[in-house]
Amino acid sequence: MIVGQQKKFDEIWEMVKGFRKVMVLGCNTCIAVCHAGGDKEADALASMLKIKAANEKVSMDVSHGAIQRQCENEFFTPVLEDLAKYDLVLSIACGVGVNFLSARIGKTPVYPGVNTQFFGGVPKPGFFEELCGGCGSCVLNLTGGICPIARCSKSLMNGPCGGTNKGKCEVSQDIDCAWFLIVERMKQLGTLEKLFEVQPPRDWSGSFHGGPRRVVVEHLRDIEEKQ
Amino acid sequence: MKSGSNLEKVIKSGQPAVTAELGPPMSADAHEVIKKANQLKGFCDAANITDCQTAVVRISSIAAAYIALREGLEPVMQMTCRDRNRIAMQADFLGAAALGLKNCLCIAGDHQSFSAAGRLKGHPGAKNVYDVDTCQLVGIMKKMRDEGLQQGGDKLEVAPKFFIGASWTPMGDPIDFRPYNLKKKVDAGADFIQTQGIYDMELFKVQMEKARNLGLHERTAVLAGIIVPKSAMMLKYMDSSVAGVSVPKELIQRMLKAKDAAGDDKKKAKELQEQEGMKITVELIQQALEIPGIKGVHVQAIEWESAIEHIVKAAGLYPRPDFSE
Repeated sequence: MIVGQQKKFDEIWEMVKGFRKVMVLGCNTCIAVCHAGGDKEADALASMLKIKAANEKVSMDVSHGAIQRQCENEFFTPVLEDLAKYDLVLSIACGVGVNFLSARIGKTPVYPGVNTQFFGGVPKPGFFEELCGGCGSCVLNLTGGICPIARCSKSLMNGPCGGTNKGKCEVSQDIDCAWFLIVERMKQLGTLEKLFEVQPPRDWSGSFHGGPRRVVVEHLRDIEEKQ
Repeated sequence: MKSGSNLEKVIKSGQPAVTAELGPPMSADAHEVIKKANQLKGFCDAANITDCQTAVVRISSIAAAYIALREGLEPVMQMTCRDRNRIAMQADFLGAAALGLKNCLCIAGDHQSFSAAGRLKGHPGAKNVYDVDTCQLVGIMKKMRDEGLQQGGDKLEVAPKFFIGASWTPMGDPIDFRPYNLKKKVDAGADFIQTQGIYDMELFKVQMEKARNLGLHERTAVLAGIIVPKSAMMLKYMDSSVAGVSVPKELIQRMLKAKDAAGDDKKKAKELQEQEGMKITVELIQQALEIPGIKGVHVQAIEWESAIEHIVKAAGLYPRPDFSE
């Protein structure tokens, strides 16, 4: 899932304070799971904005709502017309939602209420960790299912650097050394010797470094064109 | 000869090699480099010129290496994977070779978060690169030198001829993988290896035996890294906080004894600890050179380059071999 964190309230207030009619719009998929931007958070944030506006004697009409996904047309169709009536939509979806809505809403600005962070998992409630770098060329078969791109602070491909300290990364004692985990996992799988081979320089053109990416599923596009 | 560097000649001659380290200053002051180069000249076969160590902005390794070369000190330029992509790296190799540099140590580089770990503001918000890692960088240099090709495949009219080095942390985690870590760097093309600082010689012997069992000592020249201890505090810090470094209690005790001998006299305590530190260094050098497969030592007197002369002489490694024509 995509993981994000709500921006600090003061930063949100600075963005929002000049607008009179504001819609706080949540997204009930990934960003709701990480308690940053679902319908509950939209409700809470709208209440905080109302209180702040009253305290600051700013005239502001704040509404809130949420749709299932801010990244697909079908979920926007019923609400787009209504959203266009606001002076500002404060989207607390991930950045994908903000982009997607901005391209469809016309003259109304869409501002982000969330800092989108990473592709991660939820190993325990309230705890989210980055697990995939979205690099466009997966190597998890070579590394025991542990991503060296996202989980090694230096995205190394050929084993640990000299900074591994008691299984932790040199960047922080709170970060596990990915290569320490990879070596242990490969031992467990009986495939440690796979790590002895030198991995050549990567082709990063399939990652963000090749420019913005697109995926086209041909057979679905064909069906749509026929329709 | 792969590069014709002095370091390569010394290693090829079978005599124990000595490399030292020169840290460039955090300013545009060439005199600082010149001063340090003259402190090291004649007492080592080559000196590493660090590449923004601990991610702190300093005179670039190539520029400082060129200044050292002009002073008559053979440099080992360093190149981290942190700050450059493969385009910048290869461009710098061509430029460095054109300036007459012949040795290069390839390293991952300390993470940029290190730059603000001490009293400095640093640049912890910098974006790092890591387009390639150390093994890949070594491979790129070798391909340029031996095949006359850039990484992408384009031809080089004149190839840069470097003696290629890599670092090794023999006692880092996961410790049983470290000999293979070395093997990968050797397979990629490392001609020489400089290790992380070693105080625990017994554990290092075990790791070297594993490296010998993989035949690595015959394919690369391993130079044992020795970091000159300055104080008991430094040794304690290295033991507790520096990755891959463990310091035997006896060494810390020796330094504490030297410190205590000075009583309340702080200046004397510093002097006595420095003397003991140099003594420990000489002993570590001698122990390291007795380990089968060790081809030399890499002595790092961090911000204390003037100590090298005494250490090298006391270790019986002076004068250094002279291959000048």
